[in-house]
Amino acid sequence: MLSLNNIEVIYNDVILVLKGMSMEVPEGKIVGLLGSNGAGKSTTLKAISGLLKPEDGEVTDGGIVFKGEKIHHMDASDIVRKGIFQVMEGRRVFEHLTTEENLIAGGYTRSDGAQARADIEMVYEYFPRLKDRRHQTAGYLSGGEQQMLAIGRALMAKPQLMMLDEPSLGLAPLLVQEIFEIIKRINQEQGTTILLVEQNANLTLGVADYAYIMESGRIVLDGYPDDLRANADVREFYLGLTEVGSRKSYREVKHYKRRKRWLS
Amino acid sequence: MELFIQLTLTGLTNGAILALAALGFVLIYKASDVINFAQGEFLLIGGYVVYGMVAQFGLAWPLGMLITIAIAIGLGAVVERLVLRPLIGEPIISVIMVTIGLSSLLKAIVSTIWGNQPKAFPPFIPSTPVNIMGATIGADRLWAIVIAIVMLGLFTFFFRRSKEGIAMRAVADDQQAALSMGISVKKIFAWAWSIAAISASIGGALVANIVGVSQELSHFGLRVFPVVILGGLDSIPGAIVGGIIIGLLETYTGGYVGHGLNQVAPFAILILILMVRPYGLFGQEIIERV
Repeated sequence: MLSLNNIEVIYNDVILVLKGMSMEVPEGKIVGLLGSNGAGKSTTLKAISGLLKPEDGEVTDGGIVFKGEKIHHMDASDIVRKGIFQVMEGRRVFEHLTTEENLIAGGYTRSDGAQARADIEMVYEYFPRLKDRRHQTAGYLSGGEQQMLAIGRALMAKPQLMMLDEPSLGLAPLLVQEIFEIIKRINQEQGTTILLVEQNANLTLGVADYAYIMESGRIVLDGYPDDLRANADVREFYLGLTEVGSRKSYREVKHYKRRKRWLS
Repeated sequence: MELFIQLTLTGLTNGAILALAALGFVLIYKASDVINFAQGEFLLIGGYVVYGMVAQFGLAWPLGMLITIAIAIGLGAVVERLVLRPLIGEPIISVIMVTIGLSSLLKAIVSTIWGNQPKAFPPFIPSTPVNIMGATIGADRLWAIVIAIVMLGLFTFFFRRSKEGIAMRAVADDQQAALSMGISVKKIFAWAWSIAAISASIGGALVANIVGVSQELSHFGLRVFPVVILGGLDSIPGAIVGGIIIGLLETYTGGYVGHGLNQVAPFAILILILMVRPYGLFGQEIIERV
């Protein structure tokens, strides 16, 4: 459905952030994109959704193809109309608007007014808590509620591909669980393809159908969640596990010598 | 008592017109953080265009008014396209400077077309005196109040209920997030400038109808500052309430206290209110969650 071929992204004409990044997102699946801070995960999403321009970034090489159409030179608003919706990192709700107004803004690109209003109810079914808060100013919602609102806004646009940028950021573990379950439900019930960017490797591998691991601007590993879980490097660097049973000790000098094999 | 009613009605007229002018100002500030120093010139243009349509071309005034609104939409869009869009991403202070330049330009255009002499306006709304509870007031002033209230009501409805209005407030809150939901920020800016031009030019037409057209009309733009600072730079209800407070304050001090003081009173009250509420009466507090 979506494929990135060897894309290169440069900020401010000098800073090379993505260095030949490639990945595939098949229709109807949940694809995870993992990586540490500064790996280029958010940049990848922005390159897809056309949000690089306001930050002075540019796709300088390679191509992004969505349903057979090149989209890497399109405006953000056209890309949303094509059916790609990015839920930005850090929730970014419209603070001075009410919950319901936020949802209406989410459905901005739709032309079917009556159906869009009905879909507000659908969002409330996924997130009953938002219904209680429908006339409240969004800036005063709790962090979890704001994240729900951010996802609800995306649902309002009826996207074919929903991209979530760190939905777990700053939330309590229980809430994160809840939100991941809803993401899974959205994927199953609405048939929305999902590209999930996360730092929380464990949870992501739990819901994803396929996952990529990114480091300094390119994909270094990819595979089915079960295979990745079994990979010794992934276990150590992303899941914080060592060989079964043994606790990690910093006394083992060996640890410092060990490097991620793909970095050499 | 008659004097009180008289002053109240006059104050409401001024206040309603001030509110119309302030509304556009607030809108531009809200959407793009730009302080538009050319707002007074929008008023000026509105006044002169209506004058041109009604007095020079002899059109019926509703038609003249519609054409003025159409020209205002065009003016707002042209200003946004030619002057502001190239400045996207530049420091806000540059953009504000540009609006000062714009105000000179618009003034010059008006004096090139219509000259510098003040002109009597053929009042399109008759100023037949109306008697209200002992006070006499021109019907034109009453109409100005009615028209201003209707316009303000329409704008409020637009921002609260319509999708475009909500999108506009969304852009004011977080441009990038708005962009991510497919809202075209450029289009919204063009809208903001057009609506600002519409509301100002309607205000201009109403003032012109009462006092005639002259370059003086643009000074109305300066009186907008106490209004918006009082109401809160980013609040639409604030612009309305602020306009009415300043309008009433000016006529009360003018009527009861005496000459000259009415120019000072709004600023004195302004300072007092800002001491208590630094973001204005209705200004948005920055939402902080702890």
